[in-house]
Amino acid sequence: MLLARILKGDRGGQVFLLVLLATLIAVPLLNALPAEHPLYLSTYTVTLLGKYLTYALLAVAVDLVWGYLGILTLGHAAFFAIGGYAMGMYLMRQIGERGVYGNAELPDFMVFLNWQELPWFWHGFDQFWFAALMVIVAPGLLAFVFGWLAFRSRVTGCISIITQALTYALMLAFFRNEMGFGGNNGLTDFKDILGFSLQADSTRIGLFIASGVALGLGYLACRALVRSRLGRVAVAIRDTEDRARFIGYKVEHVKLAIFAFSAMLAGIAGALYVPQVGIINPGEFAPLNSIEVVIWVAMGGRATLYGAVLGALGVNYAKTWFTGAFPEVWLFALGGLFVLVTLLLPRGIVGLWRRREAAS
Amino acid sequence: MSAVQELFRRDRVFDFMVPKVVDGLDLSHGTVLYMEDVSVAFDGFKAINNLNFYVNAGELRCLIGPNGAGKTTMMDIITGKTRPDTGTCWFGSRMNLLQMSEPEIARAGIGRKFQKPTVFEFHNVFENLELSMAGPKGVWRTLRARLTPAERDRIEEVLELIGLADAGQRLAGALSHGQKQWLEIGMLLMQNPMLLLVDEPAAGMTHQEMDRTVELLTSLAGEHSVVVVEHDMDFVRALNSRVTVLHQGSVLAEGNMEQVQRDPKVMEVYLGE
Repeated sequence: MLLARILKGDRGGQVFLLVLLATLIAVPLLNALPAEHPLYLSTYTVTLLGKYLTYALLAVAVDLVWGYLGILTLGHAAFFAIGGYAMGMYLMRQIGERGVYGNAELPDFMVFLNWQELPWFWHGFDQFWFAALMVIVAPGLLAFVFGWLAFRSRVTGCISIITQALTYALMLAFFRNEMGFGGNNGLTDFKDILGFSLQADSTRIGLFIASGVALGLGYLACRALVRSRLGRVAVAIRDTEDRARFIGYKVEHVKLAIFAFSAMLAGIAGALYVPQVGIINPGEFAPLNSIEVVIWVAMGGRATLYGAVLGALGVNYAKTWFTGAFPEVWLFALGGLFVLVTLLLPRGIVGLWRRREAAS
Repeated sequence: MSAVQELFRRDRVFDFMVPKVVDGLDLSHGTVLYMEDVSVAFDGFKAINNLNFYVNAGELRCLIGPNGAGKTTMMDIITGKTRPDTGTCWFGSRMNLLQMSEPEIARAGIGRKFQKPTVFEFHNVFENLELSMAGPKGVWRTLRARLTPAERDRIEEVLELIGLADAGQRLAGALSHGQKQWLEIGMLLMQNPMLLLVDEPAAGMTHQEMDRTVELLTSLAGEHSVVVVEHDMDFVRALNSRVTVLHQGSVLAEGNMEQVQRDPKVMEVYLGE
């Protein structure tokens, strides 16, 4: 009932969710086939797909603020990485005595740095519920404080640069050992999550399904928001900020709320990403990562939400294929694709399909 | 010493103790807008110079003046976009506009139409009106908002009034220039403001459209106060209201159209004699 109301008139979203559901059912079945079967899907591929799904959720979060609110964020990977670090800290604490130094109290890198006790901000991360809470709260809080400062000053032109500076500053900070997040090695050597071994096929399937479910729910939440009157106010602000203000909307509050919500989604995506790739390091804060997300969204089709999913999956599949076949060509191919799409398909790949729909 | 004495004066209320936004507009003195001794300078250029301007409740007022006379700056001050260097600006007898933000002023009951028609181009006409509707505008309330039948009726009513009853589902960006002007006036009406500031409503309109706009604005006066800025003298004459002439940031003359036209100072400014 609620689902029908949210997806009413959203053909692309209906198709996307059906395909997602089918994939979530089919992939574990194909993985269960005997290894010599032609349709067998290796666990490596399943994890790769799971990683793509977390990227897709990040892209949806970016599309929400860029496509519908008009804020070109070039720093969303920072929220993704912070969510990832929160999960990484939980996974580190789960290692316990199985680390190289066998110290149950301290993670390996702290022993290596000769630290005697756990820093205060690591407390609580041995509990999953606390880590899960931090996955949402930490990026949300950062986005809130950042947005409160940035949106109030009514800078619109250079907001992208400031978000870029934010992620760069965080990268430099996380590279430092004193920060207590493992320096440039980051957090790795994870053993298990909620008692399930991260090496086990079943855990990897579980993480893949969790990523798919998170993507589906994240999509629905964003769609519900976009359909609400608040979503229409967001688009109004995107197109004519002054008019919205003179009608009586507190533009800064709307921006802040949606920006913080989007950062939380990015944090969840990051938290699901880390156990699947097995490492989180400051490289995730690299400014280039955030820019890449914007490229996914632009290629898929801005302000459609499902376009962001398509873009993220398509570009990342291409990236995996290219870096395997012609590693040195990838960046040129990405740049070329981006230029072509911007010139020929200003509304992205889904623009093609929508145009045909409009014509018929 | 005198500063300390000032602190202990018992007949004084500290500024921060006075509520910024007073609920309900006080029109007991029959005046909806008071602007007194207002001056504002941009880089030394005095855009507004010792301006005194009053608008009565329910009045229709035209504001004319050559380019650069300060008409738009004056509207910016009233709506909170520009803060004056000196002077006071009150909405009714109790609301100090200089201490309110743009959204607060809008919610208190001042609506503004821009010089260039400004509507939400990617929303349809109906949605434009829906978003402009008076009511709670907080983030959470907006997220949960549902259109009630009464609100729907009100939107239909305004659609009828602005002559866009058949265009409800059309994208605002696809409307003609004149229709956009009307839509923007309709958006003002949805806010249910006490004071409407209308900047050049007739620009780019055909004669028939202009006649209808005159009709619309005249019908609004009485229930609302309306201030119209306009260059087109035929349009001003047709509105048949009190006229204020602005020149170099202050009021040059005030009266009905005929009086103003015969005023030697006004003739000098307009004819350059």
